[in-house]
Amino acid sequence: MTLLYSEVEEELRAAVRGLLADRCPPAAVLKRIESDPYDLDLWKTLAGEIGVAGLLIPEELGGAGASASEVAVVLEELGRAVAPVPFFTSSVLATQALLPTGDALLGELAEGRTTAALAVSFAASPYRPLRGSSVRIEDGRLSGTVTGVAGADVADVLLVPVDGDLYTAEGAAVELVPSLDLTRPVATVTFERARARRVGACDLAAVLRSGAALLASEQLGVAEWCLESTLAYVKERHQFARPVGSFQAIKHRLADLWLDVVRARAAARNAVADPSPLSVAVAQSWNAAVAVHAAEEALQLHGGIGMTWEHPVHLYLKRAKAAEIALGTPGDHREALSSLAGVPGPE
Amino acid sequence: MNEAEIKERVAAFLGEHDPGGDRLAFLRARFDAGLAWVWFPEGLGGLGVARELQQVVERELSGTPQINTGVQGIGLGMAAPTILAFGTEEQKRRFLRPLWTGEEIWCQLFSEPGAGSDLATLATRAVRDGDEWVVDGQKVWTSGAHHARWGILVTRTDPDVPKHRGMTYFVCDMHAPGVEVRPLRQITGEAEFNEVFLTGVRLPDDLRLGEVGDGWRVAQTTLMNERVAIGGAPVRRGGGMVGPVLDAWHAHPELRTHDLHQRLLALWVEAEVTRLSGTRLREQLAAGHPGPEGSGMKLSFAKLNQALSGFEVEFQRDLGYDDWAFRRSEDVDFYGRGPGYRYLRAKGNSIEGGTSEILRNIIAERVLGLPSEPRVDKDVPWKDLPR
Ligand SMILES: Cc1cc2nc3c(=O)[nH]c(=O)nc-3n(C[C@H](O)[C@H](O)[C@H](O)COP(=O)(O)OP(=O)(O)OC[C@H]3O[C@@H](n4cnc5c(N)ncnc54)[C@H](O)[C@@H]3O)c2cc1C
Repeated sequence: MTLLYSEVEEELRAAVRGLLADRCPPAAVLKRIESDPYDLDLWKTLAGEIGVAGLLIPEELGGAGASASEVAVVLEELGRAVAPVPFFTSSVLATQALLPTGDALLGELAEGRTTAALAVSFAASPYRPLRGSSVRIEDGRLSGTVTGVAGADVADVLLVPVDGDLYTAEGAAVELVPSLDLTRPVATVTFERARARRVGACDLAAVLRSGAALLASEQLGVAEWCLESTLAYVKERHQFARPVGSFQAIKHRLADLWLDVVRARAAARNAVADPSPLSVAVAQSWNAAVAVHAAEEALQLHGGIGMTWEHPVHLYLKRAKAAEIALGTPGDHREALSSLAGVPGPE
Repeated sequence: MNEAEIKERVAAFLGEHDPGGDRLAFLRARFDAGLAWVWFPEGLGGLGVARELQQVVERELSGTPQINTGVQGIGLGMAAPTILAFGTEEQKRRFLRPLWTGEEIWCQLFSEPGAGSDLATLATRAVRDGDEWVVDGQKVWTSGAHHARWGILVTRTDPDVPKHRGMTYFVCDMHAPGVEVRPLRQITGEAEFNEVFLTGVRLPDDLRLGEVGDGWRVAQTTLMNERVAIGGAPVRRGGGMVGPVLDAWHAHPELRTHDLHQRLLALWVEAEVTRLSGTRLREQLAAGHPGPEGSGMKLSFAKLNQALSGFEVEFQRDLGYDDWAFRRSEDVDFYGRGPGYRYLRAKGNSIEGGTSEILRNIIAERVLGLPSEPRVDKDVPWKDLPR
């Protein structure tokens, strides 16, 4: 077990970063967000040319049979770019729900021809997996609603967990709602006696937990971008005849932020090297907060320009704040640590 | 050498030396077998192998006589790596063995009343007199000087050049005439550190470490190692300052409140991510890629120790203190005694070995590449600096 990156992972990172630099600079993301946030052409290239969609899927099912630590590196890069692609929702969450079933759908997901979403609220957690869902099954038909579903609007297939089983459904109504995170909007999904096919068993809490483990890497990527762009800005921006970054009040804040990011990197690597409930809870309670803090510091240290729609820092702030809630808030994960780490509360 | 081979070495060593026999004889033999610090060269307590193998040695020898890292901290953490990097063969052979076994204790004569964070302004003079140097000056905050046999000492040998250039580094014989150690009482009540007065102290030239005028570079090696020694030691999950806090938490369920529980969980997480980044740092070092993370370890260590020890006092709701007696402490112990002591002693963690402010400056400038502070003293000869 190691907390370092392997050479293979660094090569994968370079490929993803190169593509994103070309095709997904912050200016391009800014341009799309109000009309049609997802960049499905970019998604096709990522899935088809770099093969990211099938990373978690075994080779015999048409995937790359890679490990969570490679997926984590992709997520770091997608986080750095706030890339509007359904990688996390389709290739991580939905794929992990499908994997134990061995369903043929996995082959389609691996190629990136089909995109799936798990009809679970993004605000659910391993501790409360059904938050926001009222879906039930009767005579093979699904009824009810799920709020706050990420990736549903661009999904070809919806995977619906009900009572320990996973279903695909036909004819669900997907209604996009105005979302805090512009680059990963959420939708309300409604089923009215929708025809369903049972795919297999589903341990939803486990799926959400492995999702949370990997989300920590995306949060690390968000934090890294915020720190790096802020460093670049305060070196350039002059006030009082000096670069703003030469003032000690600013230097010390950035040194502290750097230390938080260093520790977020260790926590993210640990969550993929050892995805135990304890490691995941540690990574989520730390990294979620570090990403938000990094984005808030970035906004503040950019001054007025940081507050504008034109500057991409708000994309990162919105992503970070939404991801802080996603799959358990830091407080939810800390509460879980009470028993996981043996720190019981008042009696 | 790999893990299995080093285990064989240790087994062979244990076959020949009885850990139940004389403690000092056992430690000396361990040093001679290269099992003191395996990454040091052969003949100097090591085997010239990867540093992470030391952990294997420590595990295998855990039931045998141990060195006292509290009282030997400065020797092990600061003096030894500096002697290894800058010492002559003769100096290495003379000093390293008794340093490691604890037969000779070391102290660090750096800080002065007028030179703390700005160590390079120091004024203690060393003047050459034939084969000897004559040292005059005053040092302060010298931990453990009262039982030290040797000190690492930085002096000014040329006042006519800018401050960083005119310094020379020595090993100071603490038993030499003219060395006077006076205890300084600390906020904990005891005296762990001292003032040291150096009056006409004569040091032979073969106690010089590094070239004349190169003292700043030698001191940098000491300071860098000091930060890793203070903040970078491996801890197990729930170890370090979290350890006593968790023990108290478990022992006193009646004192727990929801607010304290929330705060303790947050501190637990911070301790854990700090521990993990320490692990990552050591993996990087073992893989030969020393990352900049090292400078951050001491900073986070200080912050955590202070938050946790403050938390513990508040949790215990105990208005007492274990012992205010003014005594010269045996060793440096961050974790020992009662919660009140831990709270007060931890206040030094953000001062000793470079203050947290100075460490933030170092991270900002050397790691993050931010512009340096305006420097008014860079090209001014030391003797012309305002004082
Ligand atoms: C428990 C303990 C043990 C010690 N043991 C030893 C020892 O064994 N040997 C030894 O040589 N020394 C020892 N020291 C001394 C220690 O290294 C110094 O105290 C430390 O370097 C700070 O120097 P100073 O105390 O003179 O504070 P100063 O340098 O005067 O600093 C005062 C305040 O100003 C801040 N400050 C200073 N410069 C800057 C700057 N450029 N930017 C921002 N803030 C700044 C500091 O952070 C601090 O808050 C020990 C100290 C303690 C507390």
